[in-house]
Amino acid sequence: MFADYSWTELGSIFAMQGFAGLILFSVFVLMALGLAIIFGQMGVINMAHGEFMILGAYVTYLCSNIVETYIPSLFGIYFFFAMALAFVAAGALGALVEWSLIRHLYKRPLDTLLATWGLSLILQQAYRSIFGAREVGVSLPNWLLGSVPLTDIIEIPINGIFVMVLTLVIAIGVYFILFRSRMGMQTRAVVQNRVMAGAVGINTEKVDRHTFALGCGIAGIAGSAFTMIGSTGPTAGQLYIVDTFLIVVFGGAASLLGTIASSFAISQAQSTMEFFLSGSMAKVLTLLTVVGILMLRPEGLFSLKIRR
Amino acid sequence: MTHVKSLLSRQELIGLLVVAALIFVVMPLSMDIFRLNLFGKYLTYAFVAIGLVLCWGKGGILSLGQGVFFGLGGYCMAMYLKLEASTPEATAIQSTPGIPDFMDWNQITSLPWFWEPFNSLTFTLLAILVIPTLFAFVIGAAMFKRRVGGVYFAIITQAIAAILTILIIGQQGYTGGVNGITDLRTLKGWDIRTDEAKYVLYYVNGGLLIAVLLLSQFVLKSKLGRLLVAVRDKEDRVRFSGYDVSNIKIFVFCFAAVLSAIGGAMFTLQVGFMSPSFVGIVPSIEMVIFCAVGGRLSIFGAVYGTLLVNWAKTTFSEIFPELWLFGLGGLFIAVVLVFPNGLSGLYRSYLAPLVDRLISRGGSSYPPEPASPPPDLDGEANAKPAE
Amino acid sequence: MNTISNNTDFLLSIESLSVSFDGFKAVNDLNLYVDENEIHVIIGPNGAGKTTVLDLICGRTKATAGSIKFRKKELTQLREHEIVREGVGRKFQNPSIYEDLTVFENLELSFPRGRSVFGALTFKRDAEVTTRVREIAEMVFLDALLNMQAALLSHGQKQWLEIGMLLIQDPELLMLDEPVAGMSVSERKQTAKLLNEITKGRSVMVVEHDMKFVEDIAHRVTVLHQGKILSEGSMAKVQADPKVIDVYLGH
Repeated sequence: MFADYSWTELGSIFAMQGFAGLILFSVFVLMALGLAIIFGQMGVINMAHGEFMILGAYVTYLCSNIVETYIPSLFGIYFFFAMALAFVAAGALGALVEWSLIRHLYKRPLDTLLATWGLSLILQQAYRSIFGAREVGVSLPNWLLGSVPLTDIIEIPINGIFVMVLTLVIAIGVYFILFRSRMGMQTRAVVQNRVMAGAVGINTEKVDRHTFALGCGIAGIAGSAFTMIGSTGPTAGQLYIVDTFLIVVFGGAASLLGTIASSFAISQAQSTMEFFLSGSMAKVLTLLTVVGILMLRPEGLFSLKIRR
Repeated sequence: MTHVKSLLSRQELIGLLVVAALIFVVMPLSMDIFRLNLFGKYLTYAFVAIGLVLCWGKGGILSLGQGVFFGLGGYCMAMYLKLEASTPEATAIQSTPGIPDFMDWNQITSLPWFWEPFNSLTFTLLAILVIPTLFAFVIGAAMFKRRVGGVYFAIITQAIAAILTILIIGQQGYTGGVNGITDLRTLKGWDIRTDEAKYVLYYVNGGLLIAVLLLSQFVLKSKLGRLLVAVRDKEDRVRFSGYDVSNIKIFVFCFAAVLSAIGGAMFTLQVGFMSPSFVGIVPSIEMVIFCAVGGRLSIFGAVYGTLLVNWAKTTFSEIFPELWLFGLGGLFIAVVLVFPNGLSGLYRSYLAPLVDRLISRGGSSYPPEPASPPPDLDGEANAKPAE
Repeated sequence: MNTISNNTDFLLSIESLSVSFDGFKAVNDLNLYVDENEIHVIIGPNGAGKTTVLDLICGRTKATAGSIKFRKKELTQLREHEIVREGVGRKFQNPSIYEDLTVFENLELSFPRGRSVFGALTFKRDAEVTTRVREIAEMVFLDALLNMQAALLSHGQKQWLEIGMLLIQDPELLMLDEPVAGMSVSERKQTAKLLNEITKGRSVMVVEHDMKFVEDIAHRVTVLHQGKILSEGSMAKVQADPKVIDVYLGH
């Protein structure tokens, strides 16, 4: 399949597809980070994760419209507080869901899966009722438009760079929250030994709620970033949920580094293959490979051996 | 008679008779053929739900990919019927007569090799049973031998459902794509679209369902049925009692797969087409809710759960299409939080004592059904392979 | 009797056994032998590797190095259910029974017949099974509770039920992990009696913390410390060993 291209062209193709893959990578990482917290740290399957992301996207869409109409002078920077708002909205909804639903089901992971699927259906229909069934997009401020030419053939879009930088910042942030802060320490303590954590004075219920809300909030930011490179519809979240779960499982559920590595591998494989095969076959091959590897190595790429 | 008694308790015998009466007498008498055909379509999902009772309710293995097996069965049947409908005479206007129309539209000029054997009905019927079993066996062997279970198994099966859907839609020249395989006409020259044929197929479907109920009852009443519950509760203990747990799980997963495939094949016959919209993530997880509404531990409950949810879906999505998703979403949550024992739980606490009193004239006594499970039974303790 | 002259005379001989978890050696170059008809108790401080040794024998944990021979057959390469079929039974620390099934069904499932999928489908509850289940139930003081759902048993009764589930398999080597944990004084006495009774014709390995109980039952005691053997012999000998005293009292 390479015969029709010259070496320089091939190089450029790989570079361009590689870059497209990097944007996909960023989106995957953003989505998977929230899930890695909720699933990896708490062991809760949140099938509505995609819908939390879409909530962030809709919040950003609303902000963009409101700012454009009423305070156009701030339009250049609206994205930053839209993102903060997306975090707060998705996090608040997450806390509410944890309180009303998830906390009753901590010992029943399979039931959690079904219940959160129900939640995702409800949220989808709510979005459809409120925002309509059509996909919506946001307008980007000028400084995010255009692209940086690298060589004659290779150009890099600015919004793509922005999403990548954002991903990097958030990934580092999550790392610090989980592994360097008191909250992260408490989260991990609760995960590893709930009874003992409670006995040493950690309010385990509060930690659960905060952790879940944090994961949802990060999904909200992911959704916000998502608007910069694509449009948003009520069911967009469901399209990504399988990929996201596979990424987290593939990376080794409890490993942040694993999540990032598997996001990278999957996004690069998919976008590189997409150029040569049809999009659907690229996806089929990628997912099949991941499922195949998971069948041979169910613990994922990165995992700890622990004494039972 | 002793055989019947060892297979079905009095309550269960009544349950079976009521289902049979509903399918063979009540519904055909009270519905026109259009509605009855719709009812028959719902019943094909009940095959899947019964399989899930064994696999998930009893054995604790949640598969979110039952649509895959339903689809495999359905597609096998559809491929046979499509080939019969694509005679060179019937497809004379195509640029390549004698192949299915969608292949012709996609510039395919000869029948692909894997379609060839589906010219034979014997092969097709075998394939409906064997292909899903083999597929389930490969998945089950790969995962259960490596001790993957619980949510991991659920996610992987869901991913497989997603992959198969994308594959079917992407390869439309070979599969009919998103529209599926449509315009099916005859089975060995017998027109399946007439009212008379629909009646016959309905009764065949009903008969198969009763047979499947009896077969499932046999499995549940055997020691294997109790082993399934034991595996769900304490997998390690079963292993340390000298059983190969993975074989038990593989068996029940394959069993559920075959049931789904039979349902899928009957779906194709009764409805007249098969498409990827019955294969993917969404239909697969909806099939789980049929089982859950029935009460996940009762095979009869599964039949009623399927009928109830589908009836509600048809009714509500006709009248209030917007409300239906809210309703379905709410149902998922309610069946988990509020009534985890579903319809059969309601029956057991309200109706069963009444029925017992009515039939308790003399005769032998049977031990009561094992109590319904406390809600925290997911068979989850061994979910993570590397813990 | 304690001299290691010919290893193959022992029912179970563990040699140079090691297992490590990410560099941490939970069991380190261990040699341990169990005689026929012996009650062999393993004691040691927390984290000494006692439960890990049982896990290694029954195949729950795979050894990093070394060998475990049971009746001259190497166990390290076998899977759990194969080891059980060789004649090794294992009781867990927390009672591990099927709470949703009755006492009868719990014992019936442990009866060593119809262990394949097909065998389980065609298994018949015949007179042999019923008699044996009743026999064992009587032994473990549960004969009056055969039709009770196992979840409703007391903690001590659950422990007995699990021991019964092992007995019905008629293993040559029975491994018990803290069999009297959570039992009342009278239940402990009953259990000690039970153990002395069932050891006829088989060997028993016990991990236990309760020293009074160990004194009552042990033929031989092995003290583990940091994955290695610290001392071995009769209870009196072990108790007098300065190294043991140091580990238990010195820290």
